[in-house]
Amino acid sequence: MEKIYERVSFTSKTSPTGYCPGCGHGTAHKLFARALEHFNLRDKTVLVYPVGCGGLAMPWINVNVIGAAHGRAGAIATAIKRANPENFVISYQGDGDLAAIGTAETIHAANRGESITVIFINNANFGMTGGQMAPTTMLGQTATTAQSGRSLEEHGAPLRMAEMIATLDAPKYVARFALHDAKNILKAQQGIMKAVELQVKGEGYSFVELISMCPTNWKKSPAECANYIDETVLKAFPLGVFKDVK
Amino acid sequence: MAKIEIDKEFCKSCGLCVKECPKQIIQIGRTVNSKGYNVAEQTDESQCIGCKLCAIVCPDMAITVYK
Amino acid sequence: MSKEFIKGNEAIAEAAVRAGCRFFAGYPITPQNEVPEYLSARLPEVGGHFIQGESEIASVFMVFGVAATGIRSMTSSSGPGFALKSEGISFLAGGQIPAVLVNVSRGGPAIGTIEPAQQDYFSAVHAPAPGGFRCFVIAPQNVQEAADFVYEAFDIADKYRTPVYVLADGMIGNMMEVVELPKMRDLAELPSNDSWRFNKYNDDGSARILSTYMPMGELMQKKNKEMAAMYEAWEKNEQRWEEYMVDDAEYIVTAYGSSARIAKSAVKELRAEGVKVGLIRAITLFPFPKDAFAKLDYAKVKKMFCAEMSIPGQYIYDVQNAVLGQSQIIPIQTSGGVILETDMVVAAVKENL
Repeated sequence: MEKIYERVSFTSKTSPTGYCPGCGHGTAHKLFARALEHFNLRDKTVLVYPVGCGGLAMPWINVNVIGAAHGRAGAIATAIKRANPENFVISYQGDGDLAAIGTAETIHAANRGESITVIFINNANFGMTGGQMAPTTMLGQTATTAQSGRSLEEHGAPLRMAEMIATLDAPKYVARFALHDAKNILKAQQGIMKAVELQVKGEGYSFVELISMCPTNWKKSPAECANYIDETVLKAFPLGVFKDVK
Repeated sequence: MAKIEIDKEFCKSCGLCVKECPKQIIQIGRTVNSKGYNVAEQTDESQCIGCKLCAIVCPDMAITVYK
Repeated sequence: MSKEFIKGNEAIAEAAVRAGCRFFAGYPITPQNEVPEYLSARLPEVGGHFIQGESEIASVFMVFGVAATGIRSMTSSSGPGFALKSEGISFLAGGQIPAVLVNVSRGGPAIGTIEPAQQDYFSAVHAPAPGGFRCFVIAPQNVQEAADFVYEAFDIADKYRTPVYVLADGMIGNMMEVVELPKMRDLAELPSNDSWRFNKYNDDGSARILSTYMPMGELMQKKNKEMAAMYEAWEKNEQRWEEYMVDDAEYIVTAYGSSARIAKSAVKELRAEGVKVGLIRAITLFPFPKDAFAKLDYAKVKKMFCAEMSIPGQYIYDVQNAVLGQSQIIPIQTSGGVILETDMVVAAVKENL
């Protein structure tokens, strides 16, 4: 028998990522690492990491990485790519990093049409710090800083970043996928391949939002998280490709 | 003829492969890895069709699939 | 060498380009606007890159990112902008990333005024951001020095892998003077940064991680100690000041930047009237020129004066720390954009003879 599925070649061979069991960050890393492998980009890659759970794979990914300050990955990725166009630049961010403190950097990098690939992990809470409300926390969803649940009156509705970014002229590919089952993961893999290919061909800005499970702070088992995504999360965050400029 | 290999040290016992397997031939076993996770294991290799769904859904690339 | 009649902000910008700066990110704020304006056109001419960031904090992190790939980078702003940039400066220091920061400071706090002042001294010299690190801080007093110090700042930054903070003010930024601009550096002559820039893989193929996070206190403490040792080396080797007619002086006026230039005029005027007064001008603000004050003969020095454009005073604290109570230090201060005048210094000295 021959291998028909194996681990990405350059990531750690000795220990897994630092993410919790069932966490979407792990899956997201697998997908973009696979794309780097597919396009043979590892040696040119510069990975801009956020502050938050997203950065927990730093020793595992074995790719040149720079740890941004919270919210500033969009600016760092912009500038590194401008000054080093031969590098392949990914801005990997969670919802606190990208949609709360980093909203300005996110929107302006997109609006300038920087030739970078943004991978946005939406797990509807601040994970690393223990489950506080994020801009993507859903109405009615509880969080440690919204203990009776998010309310429209007090907290406003969750931000739909992909749709917002898609209204800008410059971005070429903007999509949202989910990572809670094999069918959706395969679609997400295709989307990430497309986004990465755009940058490889130097054709501009791509933004991929990934609905991800956070078993620890959702207080659900990974399997229950998958059902929760189907029943609840996808209603607040519809999946789809919001922009795909040829 | 197909089978999977689960890297004991990479499995975090999240159970997503168990949920995804169309033949329901993966379970969380009694073997514990160095981090204290009960590791997933394939119960009946003969029924494995090499569909790779378990490997696709595994967040930690713990599963290698052969066919 | 080419002489030009040029505005301070533009001299700063051109000097940076000649020093090998090939990346600038900044944001509009008076009184430094000509720096980004000039570089937006000039940098592309030399194969460099300019970005007007969406904010000062975005801009300083753009500099952090590019400087981390080994490209000489600079940002400039004024007081309010530096308040926003502080986290980025902390990352430059903590990440040991060389970069040049230019503050063309103005009256404060808050929006303050757009007129020159020296009210950013503490933040520049003692705490550009939380975390206890320091920047190498150097203060020009005119347009020539603004160009020279920015030019030299890039070498200091590379030598120590640190942010270098050029503390100017609105007067220097907006004055036009005749300046000899330094020669254009050949980028090939610049020191290689392949040993540390993070977008290069190690020889064994392993990746480089530029993270300012330390998983354990012991690791952070080790880095803090390394940085403290670097600051001691600065204090030992890099103190810089100017002395003017100090040898026989019975009165000493001390100041830095524009205030020192004004104070010098006062010293000349007083000397013409037979008063034995001298000037000590701090050029590096960190490392603070303690030695200039340590070697004074306090038996001869009757009184000292500290001229600065900041109320409450800030520079005066470091002077007091260097004088160690061996002399009275009388403050001569304006603030908020009110510019110090020669007559004020002359009058203050005369009142205290």
